[in-house]
Amino acid sequence: MDILDRKILDAIQEEVPIVSRPFDYIARQVATSEPEVLKRIRKLKQEKIIRRVGGSFNSDKLGYFSTLVAARVPDEKLEKMVEKLNRYSGVTHNYLRGHYYNLWFTLTACSKQRLHELLEQMKQQTGIEELFPLPAVRKFKIMVNFKMNRGK
Amino acid sequence: MGFPQFTEQEKALIRLCQTDLPLCENPFEKIAQQLQVSEEWVIEKLRAWKQDGKLKKFRAILFHQKAGYQANGMSVWNVPEDKIEPIGVEIAGFDEVSHCYQRLQLPGFNFNLYAMIHGQSKQEVEDIVRNISKTIGVTDYQILYSLHEYKKTSMKYFVPEIESAEEKNSR
Repeated sequence: MDILDRKILDAIQEEVPIVSRPFDYIARQVATSEPEVLKRIRKLKQEKIIRRVGGSFNSDKLGYFSTLVAARVPDEKLEKMVEKLNRYSGVTHNYLRGHYYNLWFTLTACSKQRLHELLEQMKQQTGIEELFPLPAVRKFKIMVNFKMNRGK
Repeated sequence: MGFPQFTEQEKALIRLCQTDLPLCENPFEKIAQQLQVSEEWVIEKLRAWKQDGKLKKFRAILFHQKAGYQANGMSVWNVPEDKIEPIGVEIAGFDEVSHCYQRLQLPGFNFNLYAMIHGQSKQEVEDIVRNISKTIGVTDYQILYSLHEYKKTSMKYFVPEIESAEEKNSR
């Protein structure tokens, strides 16, 4: 990654504008050409630096509900349980963490009722007894961009 | 369910926008062609959704591990109920914090404020958390490091397979 890659990453992480020629707009921001921006974005995608360039929607505003879930899963059962849980398309993030509650995942569903149905279903399917929804009471910050061009 | 606020065409637009934006000069026109609508309709619709918050934005999402952020820690804080508001705002002000939410407490886990910390190393995450602790004057906290990422994806909205996959799963 060179400095131009980092500048492009910073710009497109911040926003790809909803205009007819968005990559031309980005090119102007970082003082290069539209073909150069497109070429580099394709390369950064191929190199698995960029996961996706696309729209992110606001779950709540679309009418969906989501929650963080904390669970305690015995080590020997972990692999099997994770496989079962990850099959749900509403499970979007799932991490093993070093704690008594060792499995932390996020669950999204089309209604509050569906969310609770899914949690009940998960408990039955996996036999996990300690599985607790932790919905956000208040959100102080949601941000996923990080500065790439940090003067390296 | 039903989501009466969206037409079928609008749902189709949302489905397309949550996949990869075509990497060409005029990506929104490409999307419009797929839906057999005009580029203007697509752009106006998306701008309106951005205005009212349904669409956060179009942007690039990175594989963070590969972009120089090797460590992520979920810091959890036990903050007095009446101080959650100012302390939440204060934690949110740190650059290294990507998410900061108030959540209910769990049995045996009295933490009510969650902040995701991103750093180059475990050491850096610890330094950041210590700094936050000093700033907000709260010492009852823990850091839960991710030992393994089992899944990381974006939610796909208005995709009928979501429900059917789960039904299959339950049988």
